[in-house]
Amino acid sequence: MQSLADFFAMGGYAGFVWPAYGIAALVLIGLLTVSWYQLRQAREMLRRYDSQTGADRP
Amino acid sequence: MHRFANPGRFMRIAGALFPWTAVSCLLCFAIGLVLALAGSPADYQQGETVRIMYVHVPAAWLALLVYSFIAAASAAALIWRHPLADIAALAASPIGAGFTFIALATGSIWARPMWGTWWVWDARLTSVLILFFFYLGHLSLAHAFDDPQRGRRAAAILAIAGFINVPIVKFSVDWWNTLHQPASIFRAGGPTVDSAMLWPLGFMAVAYLLLFVTLLLMRMQTALLRARVRVLQIAQLDVAPAPVQG
Repeated sequence: MQSLADFFAMGGYAGFVWPAYGIAALVLIGLLTVSWYQLRQAREMLRRYDSQTGADRP
Repeated sequence: MHRFANPGRFMRIAGALFPWTAVSCLLCFAIGLVLALAGSPADYQQGETVRIMYVHVPAAWLALLVYSFIAAASAAALIWRHPLADIAALAASPIGAGFTFIALATGSIWARPMWGTWWVWDARLTSVLILFFFYLGHLSLAHAFDDPQRGRRAAAILAIAGFINVPIVKFSVDWWNTLHQPASIFRAGGPTVDSAMLWPLGFMAVAYLLLFVTLLLMRMQTALLRARVRVLQIAQLDVAPAPVQG
């Protein structure tokens, strides 16, 4: 348990090491989430238009 | 290269590649993070803050690599009118801006305990900040015109002009007297970093690179799907009966 506390303390630099990792994670996960959401949305849009134009055909 | 210009073919290739790049990216992050946070030693001068290096340095590498990719794609778009080149350049831009932001922010956090300041206007930090502005300029210029074709053209020209900044960032630590340390990995004579730190750095760098490829594939697919939706929208407008005049 002591070693785990040591790990999180980062030799007294916890206030610098963890925020640095946090910002990197936030930006990268943010990019991934937005890109994934936009891809899903684009697929959804195309599916809607495809079914519409398909229904219009005689 | 023009074999990949066919959007349908690109969509198939991207769809097939995606699971492989995504899974290997996740694996590299898992190994890299364990090594970076627990499996590597503290530095004899910097103590535990050296662990910031493993998120900072790969971000800075990718910031330069992605910008070079954008400049190359922009050149391909202007010279050969390669239909996927514009799409690739614009899909890469937010990713590169993200990496540059990480490099700046984590560098600033690292500088505070090591240099005693969050920021100095030395050549390396300033040129990376300019790189960040080139990314933002590229993105906003592409959407600043009513005619998207003109926007993409203007953005491509800006991206190519801004490439001059890439060697300036890389060699700023040699050309000027900077507070930022000089290169210790990609230098003549080989790396000067111990292998216990080189391994986590390598895994993190490959993880960042694979994340870039994964995100690029996703974003390019999104752009192509949106383009197809636009074509269908225009086709529908043409087919629709003219509105009754009152």
